[in-house]
Amino acid sequence: MLKNRIIPCLDVKNGRVVKGINFVDLKDAGDPVEQAKIYSDGGADEICFLDITASNENRDTIYDVVERTSKKCFVPLTVGGGVRGVEDINKLLNCGADKVSINTAAVQKPEMIIESSKKFGSQCIVVAIDAKKNGNKWEVFTHGGRNNTNVDAIEFAKKMEDNGAGELLVTSMDRDGTQIGYDNELMLKISSTVNIPIIASGGVGNLDHLVDGIRLGNASAVLAASIFHYGTHSINEAKQYLNLKGIPVRI
Amino acid sequence: MNVTIVDYNSGNISSVINSFKEAAKDKVNIEVTSNLNKIKSSDKVVLPGQGSFKSCVDALNGINGLVETLNEFAITNKKPLLGICVGLQMLADLGYEETQTKGLGWISGKVSKINNQNNKFKLPHIGWNEINIIKDSKIFKDIENKSHMYFVHSYEFIPEDKNVISATTEYSSNIVCSVEKENIFGTQFHPEKSDKLGIKIIENFLNL
Repeated sequence: MLKNRIIPCLDVKNGRVVKGINFVDLKDAGDPVEQAKIYSDGGADEICFLDITASNENRDTIYDVVERTSKKCFVPLTVGGGVRGVEDINKLLNCGADKVSINTAAVQKPEMIIESSKKFGSQCIVVAIDAKKNGNKWEVFTHGGRNNTNVDAIEFAKKMEDNGAGELLVTSMDRDGTQIGYDNELMLKISSTVNIPIIASGGVGNLDHLVDGIRLGNASAVLAASIFHYGTHSINEAKQYLNLKGIPVRI
Repeated sequence: MNVTIVDYNSGNISSVINSFKEAAKDKVNIEVTSNLNKIKSSDKVVLPGQGSFKSCVDALNGINGLVETLNEFAITNKKPLLGICVGLQMLADLGYEETQTKGLGWISGKVSKINNQNNKFKLPHIGWNEINIIKDSKIFKDIENKSHMYFVHSYEFIPEDKNVISATTEYSSNIVCSVEKENIFGTQFHPEKSDKLGIKIIENFLNL
């Protein structure tokens, strides 16, 4: 039986781990390679790095982090943030990333997803959708949540599936950093519209939220940052809890 | 001992290289190349593969003499070869991804899209799944039945001779996830991404 995945996410800036609340107020909290190794030793099903380095000069730091991590961690490694073109994907994969997540560029140049999934295979193309509720619909945001594109998130998800994305990483901008749980209505809408796996993200504050993301949001995988990052819960605790609740996990 | 990972532009093989180097420690020399002479003279060959069946077969055929060299290595000289993911799938006669494409034909069978029961199951089949070991394969030494391995694929290998199947996994149907035919091995899952147990499988292959 296929297991639901638990994915710790590390926000990386200039080669160091940070975690923001609603994408601001960043705190420096360590070396991403060591942190990733702790997670994979603790049973993480996958590791996610989100590169939030703002300036172009420091972009090479993420390649170094990915390269060092991939020599120590032998679980899938997903890297996102600032991926603008096919050449960025190529570089990240060559450094040892297994999947690349694409956000702003997927909205601006949807054909890039067609091109890159053909070139590298759908299995390594993840489209990250940052969505915010507006009335009874959700709109796609880009640039780390700063720009509203007015694009309908559900329609966009379908389009990305058609363009060849292998997975969707869906973040609720309303919930990110709030610790009140995923927007499971959004997750369920998208997961019942597309037939590729979705990873729920944004808003986890306790272990029941992970359960809800899978049960209510029908997510294949659940991503969280701060509950793991600040040591509130270990990956193993999370997995034991999900197991107790009857959710299939790899233990 | 020299082990060659065939680099034939089949997509991302960094993880395969890293994991084999980890498993090899300093005891085995891991070479990453498409150089035919180096392949011929190596003791074992790893055939990775990502992307579509067609793109991998095209890439393999794109290197002059590579298919013949691999044939000589695995079929004539019967030296150990491990195919991973699409590397396993290409061992079949035919693949149906994108368009009907001829494979290496080393293990009779075909590669078809997983029947996901009218979208009841998501595709690709991504994540950790248990393997049911049904044959005592050499690469499963010290690997317990029902161990978890990491998968990512939408197509499955259906061999004609069921005796080659060494493990299956349960998804929308029972999927072949490992084969062994004499000196030829293949895994649909990614040992290079399956944490410590995956590294153990790689070690087992290196220790053959």
